[in-house]
Amino acid sequence: MLAEASSEGGFVGPSINEFFPPAIFFAGTPFEINRIILIRFLMTALLVLLFWLGTRRMKIVPGRFQSLIEMGLDLVRVNIAEDLLGRKDGRRFLPLLTAIFFGVLAMNLPGVVPGLNVAGSSLIGFPLVLAVVAYVTFIYAGLRKHPGTFLKASLFPPGVPWPIYFIVTPIEFFSIFVLRPITLALRLLMNMVAGHLLLVLCFTATWWFLESAPGFLKLFSVGTFAFGLIFSLFEILVAVLQAYVFTLLTTVYIQLALAEEH
Amino acid sequence: MLQSHVLSSGETINPLLPAVPDLVWSAVVFVIILVFFWFRVLPNVKAMLDARSAAIEGNIEKAAAAQQEAEEALAKYTAQLAEARAEAGSIREAARADGSKIIAEEKQTAAAEASRILSTAEAQLQANRQAVLVGLKGEVGELALDLAARVIGEILSKDDKSQAMVDRFLKDLDTSEKAAK
Repeated sequence: MLAEASSEGGFVGPSINEFFPPAIFFAGTPFEINRIILIRFLMTALLVLLFWLGTRRMKIVPGRFQSLIEMGLDLVRVNIAEDLLGRKDGRRFLPLLTAIFFGVLAMNLPGVVPGLNVAGSSLIGFPLVLAVVAYVTFIYAGLRKHPGTFLKASLFPPGVPWPIYFIVTPIEFFSIFVLRPITLALRLLMNMVAGHLLLVLCFTATWWFLESAPGFLKLFSVGTFAFGLIFSLFEILVAVLQAYVFTLLTTVYIQLALAEEH
Repeated sequence: MLQSHVLSSGETINPLLPAVPDLVWSAVVFVIILVFFWFRVLPNVKAMLDARSAAIEGNIEKAAAAQQEAEEALAKYTAQLAEARAEAGSIREAARADGSKIIAEEKQTAAAEASRILSTAEAQLQANRQAVLVGLKGEVGELALDLAARVIGEILSKDDKSQAMVDRFLKDLDTSEKAAK
């Protein structure tokens, strides 16, 4: 990432090509692996290891580590799933919601881990796969709960005079069946992309000021470095927040599909 | 980095269009995470939570049972105490009754003894009196005869006639004494 500062003295900021590093294995095949894919593997392994250790021998009276693990799982189980869907449906969709939350969190966090420096979710593939999963899930939930009436109730909301349907139905269709998955995917992707570009900008600028800036202008590096640190902390918040938002919205979509009006 | 420089000089990639490997590995990674949480983590957590609520309920039940046991023990103890008190009272009552009975018996015995001693003494006295009387009778007779002989100047022989006279005299004396009483 640091090599973005050009050797000719002029400062070149990071570009979108940051996110398309060269292939490392299987170049040119559908199984091509580059640095970001490797980071995904690493984070998946760490996540599995952490929760395998944390839930291997659970005790009724938890120790410190188990309390932390339980706190994380309870965030999804109690504060998202059971709060919005109730006990029964919450339990039904809990595995998916838990996997989405911790999957997104694990993919977001390496964006601020020194040495990794890029989020696994900053390539469209991961947000898109999760958005498609959420999309299929809430449609499945609606069709299962209200077979036959789900699509009709979604597209033709009851209590509306029939001429209005000419306007309402296209809007509803667009917002429910097109916008929801797209916004889910893009919100996560763009947060991660923007966060990464911001951090790269701060740290490459620090490097450039130190290396190439004349005289006392080198002092600017202190400011850009401080900004880099602050934004790193901010990115940790964003990583957790985006995981929470993605999971929460998926739950809300499921809840709307299950709700009586639909 | 080299690659990105090469790319940036040529065409740029649209970040919204997914590459096939990106989709493939994203799906693989997510499926691994989903399966892991679904079949490994959450069943463990669920089992632990069930065990925990069972333990909490069990403890509450145990506490309630202990409470009831304690209450029962207290009631039993109180009942036993009351019983013991009643028993002590009755024992005391019986002892008092026994005591008074013994005293009464003793009194009765003492009174009987006293009256027996009294009657014995009386009998003794009576006997003594009788003996004295018999002795006196003899002696008074002799004395009277002696006296009379001296007065008359002749010795009255101790025949049956004189003896009968003495007896009659004494009998008269006796009857007059009784009449005086």
